[in-house]
Amino acid sequence: MTAQSPALHFAAGAQKVAPEGATLTLAVQNMHCGGCLRSVERAALKVPGAEAARASLAAKRVSVVYDQARASAADFIAALNDAGFTAAPLEAAKTGGDDARQKYLLRCMAVAGFAAMNIMLISVAVWSGEAGDMDPAMAVAFRWISALIALPAVAYAGQPFFRSALAALKGRRLNMDVPISLAIILATFMSVYQTMRGSEQVYFDAAVSLLFFLLVGRFLDETLRVRARGEAQNLLSLQSGVVTLIETGGTRRMAPAHALRPGDRLLVATGERIAADGVVLAGAGQIDQSLITGETAPARVKIGQDVYAGTLNLGRPLEIEVRAADSATLLAEISRLMLAAEQGKARYRRLADRAAAIYAPAVHGLGLATFLGWVFAGASWQTGLTYAIAVLIITCPCALALAVPAVQIAASSRLFRRHVIVKAADGLERIAEADMVVFDKTGTLTLGRPALIDGICVSENALKAAASVAATSKHPYARAIVAAAEKRFGRVVPVSGVEEVSGCGLRRFLAQGEERLGSAEWCGVNSKGEGSEVWFRRYGMPPVRFRFADSVRSDAAEVVAALKCEGYRVAMLSGDRCAVVEKIAREVGIETWKAELKPAEKIAWLDACAAEGHKVFMVGDGLNDAPALAVAHASMSPASAADISQRAADFVFQGEKLAPTLDAISTGKRARSMALQNFAVALVYNVICVPLAMAGTVTPLIAAIVMSTSSILVTANAARLAGKGHP
Amino acid sequence: MTALAWLVPIALFLGTLGLAAFMWALRSGQFEDLEGAAYRALEDDRLEDEDLTKK
Repeated sequence: MTAQSPALHFAAGAQKVAPEGATLTLAVQNMHCGGCLRSVERAALKVPGAEAARASLAAKRVSVVYDQARASAADFIAALNDAGFTAAPLEAAKTGGDDARQKYLLRCMAVAGFAAMNIMLISVAVWSGEAGDMDPAMAVAFRWISALIALPAVAYAGQPFFRSALAALKGRRLNMDVPISLAIILATFMSVYQTMRGSEQVYFDAAVSLLFFLLVGRFLDETLRVRARGEAQNLLSLQSGVVTLIETGGTRRMAPAHALRPGDRLLVATGERIAADGVVLAGAGQIDQSLITGETAPARVKIGQDVYAGTLNLGRPLEIEVRAADSATLLAEISRLMLAAEQGKARYRRLADRAAAIYAPAVHGLGLATFLGWVFAGASWQTGLTYAIAVLIITCPCALALAVPAVQIAASSRLFRRHVIVKAADGLERIAEADMVVFDKTGTLTLGRPALIDGICVSENALKAAASVAATSKHPYARAIVAAAEKRFGRVVPVSGVEEVSGCGLRRFLAQGEERLGSAEWCGVNSKGEGSEVWFRRYGMPPVRFRFADSVRSDAAEVVAALKCEGYRVAMLSGDRCAVVEKIAREVGIETWKAELKPAEKIAWLDACAAEGHKVFMVGDGLNDAPALAVAHASMSPASAADISQRAADFVFQGEKLAPTLDAISTGKRARSMALQNFAVALVYNVICVPLAMAGTVTPLIAAIVMSTSSILVTANAARLAGKGHP
Repeated sequence: MTALAWLVPIALFLGTLGLAAFMWALRSGQFEDLEGAAYRALEDDRLEDEDLTKK
């Protein structure tokens, strides 16, 4: 770990310290303001062995430099937890790299911006001089100064385009960068030639400001990509978090989940998610597999059985040996399906690329036609070439290159404020085309965690007493009891003296006798329940039963109604049992539903819809949904989803509400209409200016004005999307 | 007109200075966290120095 994180450069550079320790970058979930920023840094620095800490509010990360002999990643996570922040280590290899390209583009943009400003300054003097009484010798001198600024600037800042154009030409393709590079290079060299001849047809200003505007577009595009990737990484890291490793001597050690290797043994406490696929070595009990199968009823596990990452341990602590992911049959099948699905999606072509495919040949054609036309009409080759360059500069997709990135960055900022992370920029385009919305059940329409269902039937006294006992436990059922009690009576005060017997339940000894909260067996009740229940037995009183079920997200029915109202077909696909699915479907108002589906069957169903001409927007969270998310036209998953699903989805939303799906759809639609408006603006400019350029009446002044105004107009139009509608 | 012989190089020099300052700021990581920097400006500088380089 010698590579220093870029976030620390500033701290280290400004303070003249040369930290020699290891660098660790942690994703910090709930850091929102300057106060949090300081608390995070202070908490990290309090860890013995910490040398420097620097938090970034924009990235929601903190970088720490520490002495490896005295501290470990787990210490920092624990310290931040104590301060009230949820933190998780990021995979070291994946931080950095991304920023390098973004910074390179920013440097190019700065150089181009500097050159454009100065050349424009000089050009304005020349243009006004042409109308006035400028000494021709002075005008020539000014053009030479422009050339001196423009040549190095183009050589440096033009590289991103030249490289991309070269790569495209090598692959015998044409992309947007080919006409861009051609226009810039031709314009620059032709202008140098014209300056030598003392002509007025000099395009340094146009060439450099063209470069500047194009780089703004590129930079915005890259920023969007980097930010989305960073956010997604944070989410995944926070989700997998920290695991307890059992080392060969039997000692236990905290380690980041992504560092697990096949063969590692790990301990999964009650109420904890299993972090990796593996086989049970010791312990038996129940696990909640809803994230994998969609099935809400807990499943029994015993020694030697396979368990999957993302499942929740409801019973006794389990000891698990980690296995390679590809040896597991379910995962192998899922990955195979995913691969096939992603190949299908690669066929989607982004709006900008489709525009470029029409645009690039048209630009080349017009430029060539202008050159040949003027030469055949008897003009000199210099005149012909100058007019052809004017055509290339006018048509050069300045506004076009800004049209889509400017809109997309505005749209993703807007969605980000509404707790939706845009992972794939073209997802915004695809979601706008959807005409059908398909939901998964568990964890998507529902919250994916148990809630007390007949809390009203339980006596007030019993619920209060049970909640006080349950408040000490982290078990999902205990939490559900506490949540139900808090909803009815307000704050629950935990009682002391509660002992947790793993796999059985909680107990407390009082002078009058014993209180027990836990499984039917543990409470001495003979029950044939399906497992989603907990009993509470107090001295001398009949035992009370608490039953649990997954609860529907509070606004699920409204969201479904709103979607139907807008003319979307809504359907639900689930791996859960028929009866449960039907009940939920009726509750939220979905008529089309399928239950007990395997991952391949979900894909088949979606394929059938696609064959009918529907474009499906899929919302799902489970591992079993991952292939369906990948195959759907656009997809979204909640932040609580299995990591493979989050990777497959175009959008990730946070929070307990389903409304972000509506926001994503409406923002996607507005983004598309704005991108189209922007294209229209660019087109109108071209329709007016191209004939003028071909006729040879466009002067460098007109070219400069036209280009700048169209770019500004396009950016201003996109800003409307980000500016309005704060939540 | 001789004024221009001075003014143009001066204008270019100042522009280059600005560009160099931007490059320095970029290189030293001042654009890493634009949101956080807004809050850091309000922090007590003395405290900040102490905290960042705890010996």
